[in-house]
Amino acid sequence: MQFFGGTEISPVSAGVNGVGEQRPHDQDHKLMFGLLFSLKSLTAKMDPTTPDKANLGVPQLPGQGCSFHSFRTNTYKLTFMESPSGIKIILVTHPRTGDLRESLKYIYNLYVEYVVKNPLYTPGTPIRCELFNTTLDQYVRSIS
Amino acid sequence: MAAIYSLYIINKSGGLIFYKDYGSSGRMDTNDSLRVASLWHSMHAISQQLSPISGCFGIELLQADTFDLHCFQSLTGTKFFVVCEPGTQHMEGLLKHIYELYTDYVLKNPFYEMEMPIRCELFDINLTQAIQKDRVALLAR
Repeated sequence: MQFFGGTEISPVSAGVNGVGEQRPHDQDHKLMFGLLFSLKSLTAKMDPTTPDKANLGVPQLPGQGCSFHSFRTNTYKLTFMESPSGIKIILVTHPRTGDLRESLKYIYNLYVEYVVKNPLYTPGTPIRCELFNTTLDQYVRSIS
Repeated sequence: MAAIYSLYIINKSGGLIFYKDYGSSGRMDTNDSLRVASLWHSMHAISQQLSPISGCFGIELLQADTFDLHCFQSLTGTKFFVVCEPGTQHMEGLLKHIYELYTDYVLKNPFYEMEMPIRCELFDINLTQAIQKDRVALLAR
């Protein structure tokens, strides 16, 4: 598990009323990874349309088994996409936003254009590409 | 044709107390349904912790490639969730109705022990009726 980038767009991170406790971001990343991994194995196991399913908890290759694309709580909505190479893109938004799968595809496109095609970038390391950051920021702000 | 694939009820500590399948292919065995239920309980809890703003009550709707999962948590922590076809509407209403049936036919049953698996005939009958009615309403729409 490695996190390549995370930008806080929303000004209200961790507690609006001053009650939200400040957690180390590192722990959030681990929780997020655990949540997505387990939700994926849960959906693969629950899939009501295929009769033969792998056992619960067996790691699945990208694109294998039934995956999920979003979940919604009363305070936020998380949209998730996994590319065939295993890059996962996660967008956390307001709960009442519509279908963001196209936006994630567009962000993946940006990743391919500005990060993968960057000759100085070594795959698997954190992304430090200025062009990517600025275009991504611009795009994400334009969604809302 | 099945709008609703299955229904789960889990108690406040994540134990499965009720599971009913309405025609999904490859029915889950008892062990797997117990595992899935407790996994859902933990995922629900983690999703509350990950919220960017406080006051999150956990996942209400999970959209997977082949199904939707609607979850309703009662004030006492009992969770009701249905697995249905993608895009099925009005599931919140059905879940609230199932919760009413649960309070009427399970909690008010003097022989029912709290947090234990539900074995109440009246609950089963009324639940089947509620789900049938939901299906009829769906077909009529």
